Amino acid sequence: MQKNLKTRTVIILVTILLCVVRIVGLPTSKTELVDHLKNSIRLGLDLKGGSHLVMEVQVQDAVKGDAQQTSERLQDAAAKQGIVWNSAEVSDPQSVDDAGNVTLTIKGVNPGKAADFRNLVNTEAPTYILTALNSTDYSLKLKPSDLIDLKKLAVQGAIDTISNRINDMGVAETSVQQYGQSGADYQILIELPGVDDLAHAKELIGTTAVLQITGVDKQHDTPFTSREDALAKLGGILPLNETLYKMKPRVRGQGDEWYLVDKLPVIKGSDIRSARAGQGDTGRTWQTSFTLSQEGGRRFARFTGDHVGDKLAVILDNDIVSVATINERIEDSGRIMGLGSEEEASDLARYLRSGSLPARVTTAFENSVGPSLGADSIHQGIVSGIAGLIAVITVMLIYYKRSGVNAVLALALNTVILLAAIAYFHAALTLPGIAGVILTIGMAVDSNVLIFERIREELRTGKGVFAAVDTGFNKAWWTIVDTHVTTIVSCAFLFLFGEGPVRGFAVTLTIGLFANVFTAVFVSRTIFNWEILGRRGTEALSI
Amino acid sequence: MELFKNTNYDFLGKKWPFIIASVVLSVAGLTSIALKGGLKYGIDFKEGTLIQVKFANPPQDNKIRAAMLEKVKGEVSVQDLSGNGVVNTVEIATEAKGQGESTMNANQNIMRAVLTDTFGQPGAGKLDLNNTGEDELFNRLRDPLARAGVAMNDEQLKTLVHNILGEINTHHSGLIANFTDLSSVPGMNSGIMNTLRQECYLAPFHVVSAQMVGPKVGAKLRQKALFATLYALAGMLVYIAFRFEWIYGLGAVIACFHDTLITVGLFSLFGKEISMTVIAALLTLVGYSMNDTIVIFDRIRENLKFSRKESLEAVMNRAVNQTLSRTIMTSGLTFLTVIALFIWGGPVLNGFSFALVCGIIVGTYSSVFVASPIVLFWHNYADSRRKPTPKPPTVSGPAAPRVETARKNPTKAVR
Repeated sequence: MQKNLKTRTVIILVTILLCVVRIVGLPTSKTELVDHLKNSIRLGLDLKGGSHLVMEVQVQDAVKGDAQQTSERLQDAAAKQGIVWNSAEVSDPQSVDDAGNVTLTIKGVNPGKAADFRNLVNTEAPTYILTALNSTDYSLKLKPSDLIDLKKLAVQGAIDTISNRINDMGVAETSVQQYGQSGADYQILIELPGVDDLAHAKELIGTTAVLQITGVDKQHDTPFTSREDALAKLGGILPLNETLYKMKPRVRGQGDEWYLVDKLPVIKGSDIRSARAGQGDTGRTWQTSFTLSQEGGRRFARFTGDHVGDKLAVILDNDIVSVATINERIEDSGRIMGLGSEEEASDLARYLRSGSLPARVTTAFENSVGPSLGADSIHQGIVSGIAGLIAVITVMLIYYKRSGVNAVLALALNTVILLAAIAYFHAALTLPGIAGVILTIGMAVDSNVLIFERIREELRTGKGVFAAVDTGFNKAWWTIVDTHVTTIVSCAFLFLFGEGPVRGFAVTLTIGLFANVFTAVFVSRTIFNWEILGRRGTEALSI
Repeated sequence: MELFKNTNYDFLGKKWPFIIASVVLSVAGLTSIALKGGLKYGIDFKEGTLIQVKFANPPQDNKIRAAMLEKVKGEVSVQDLSGNGVVNTVEIATEAKGQGESTMNANQNIMRAVLTDTFGQPGAGKLDLNNTGEDELFNRLRDPLARAGVAMNDEQLKTLVHNILGEINTHHSGLIANFTDLSSVPGMNSGIMNTLRQECYLAPFHVVSAQMVGPKVGAKLRQKALFATLYALAGMLVYIAFRFEWIYGLGAVIACFHDTLITVGLFSLFGKEISMTVIAALLTLVGYSMNDTIVIFDRIRENLKFSRKESLEAVMNRAVNQTLSRTIMTSGLTFLTVIALFIWGGPVLNGFSFALVCGIIVGTYSSVFVASPIVLFWHNYADSRRKPTPKPPTVSGPAAPRVETARKNPTKAVR
């Protein structure tokens, strides 16, 4: 029995040592102690401050885009075969649920060419189902399995692009992941711990960032003051293949500037290989330099060579960010100059590096907690924890006398193991998690109370001290297992269905309960055995 | 010290007053919920836009509401959150009826702008030190400090900015009224202080947290909460049915359901909000109530092994009495920790701790006065159907004094 006791004691001491080292390291000073403590336990968003966003990917955009591209492809291929039609229109989806209803309607196909048309569709648009509306009109819709794939790809593409942009921001421990079930939900969960400027972060995440570099109309390369002004000067109608874009307003009070540009861009976002922000030649200006892919470079060189002296417009989503004159032929790199601030230049570089989003994203849920709230909460959590602890310890000592000390030691070890486990698993401590730690204190003593009451009962029936302790522990064991299992079952469901802070609670409580089984049974028993060691069996047990 | 040595209260005999109390409380709760038009949803479930703002002086709710209504689309509600160690803080919310997600998003920016316009210094061009972040402050101070002749490289400035905001957030809950509050920041000197005064101002409010819950996500969260509760109850029914007889499982689950119902009813009666952390508390209390019930059932099972002669009611009574000391101690101790949370835990955990405070009380008594009686009723009912009272057999021959034998059927109620 002696050897057994020694082994048990060694196990307990080693556990204590491992836990303490994990939490506070081997500090050489008080500041180091506090520092280690702060670093080893990761704080959740609700305590550290930060934001938690759920964005919905408007997958219907990607479906519509695919239909439009298919329409163009069909038109090109059909022209070669001499097949024409009157009109080709893609329906306009209103929301994510509409994505499955996107239809490409082609009207006015010559009935004589029907068979050729069908072959053409089979070759050029294999993922679409062709339905004849009548002898000349057809509608095309994506096959269900392809629709699902396209939507999933859009979501995954959005996740990748947003991850790139956020990682680029240099914020620590961010996370971007699918929210809900893949295939059924099109939402992305983004966690931004400690981000102060949420507005900027949201802009970075939410900007679709479709980039176009396109030529400005040669005859009308000075800006118009409004759309109406432009139409008036152009004789009421826009030239074919050209459209109007507005310059991004930079100086307050300056009027609008509209430019007439080519619809078809020379360079698109996909042609850009890399980008960097930097300061302009003249002090207070900023620019973003970029390099092009080989194919893009060739196209750009040809265009700029042919258009020396003309102007180019750089368009991001719906705004022109810069207009510049082509001074000479440009091979494979360029600079976008005249940007408003360092932030604008950096953001533009980020968009160019990460690429554009495959579809728009909108915010479905947002929760931001400032760091002040977290600091208050931690303080309150610690105060109530200590208050609860003192109350519990006092009662245990009074009610169970020296055995109460036993329970208190087990409780202390329980808390230490709990904190070490949280640090070890790198789990985030949330405010409900702190509540979980406090709750563990209350529940931990439950096991001890169970055992002690049983021991008291056995002593009352006249059993000897050793036998009473033994029976007490044995009889209480299964009840302890039952009670812990039920609470752990609760926690398991909380973890499955809960998010962030609530998960922190489930994790903390579960770890606490597991630790409790160890301390209440193994450790308490060892302490009792030490106490009883050497007794003659007639000395009363202080309980 | 022992408080409950060898007690012999007739718990199950006196069950009716408690059962009536349970029914009354449940009905009261349900009525309250019905009258108030459903449960009051808290932070995670309330659709719409919400910001919590702390003011330097007691805020005038009406003024805030009026200012907001001018610019914000939809209904605006301003709720005072004072109490629980929180002062001068309001929650400004816009209702969600029929609003799209983009409107809700826009509303948050509008609300912040209205606050700045109404209470801050919108046109002065200065940075609001009470509502800014490290990057913004860094960018703002860099050039002016250089111009003022304060020698500082980027690293040092970053640390200074971190310390300034740290001081405001940790020691002043995010809101300072005077620049002099910053004099204790490490590295502070008069040059820096002057630059701060020149470049920044102190708005009399601080946005503590902000939230927007769109209709889709709101609905999903509510659904998850419901499922979590139902699945947890089902899981426990399975576990207990496996460890004991099925009727015990049912009794325990009905007791837990009763606890949840009464606690939620109390939330409605006291006008408290239900958030995801409250759901966490409810599930914990379900687990906890199960604990209690299991301990008693364990004892009942143990006692049944050794007492064929006693009625089920007597066995149950004895089991409850035997575990009384343990029950009171455990509930009492857990109650102590939870009360500490309720009093000192702060506003965010208030709903959570309230749920647990009510739940522990209700949970403890439900194990004795709800779970056990259900098992008792069932067994009595089952037995009275199975065995109709048999007539004592007639004995032919000389009339022998007949002795009525005491009923030996252990599951029949004595009463």
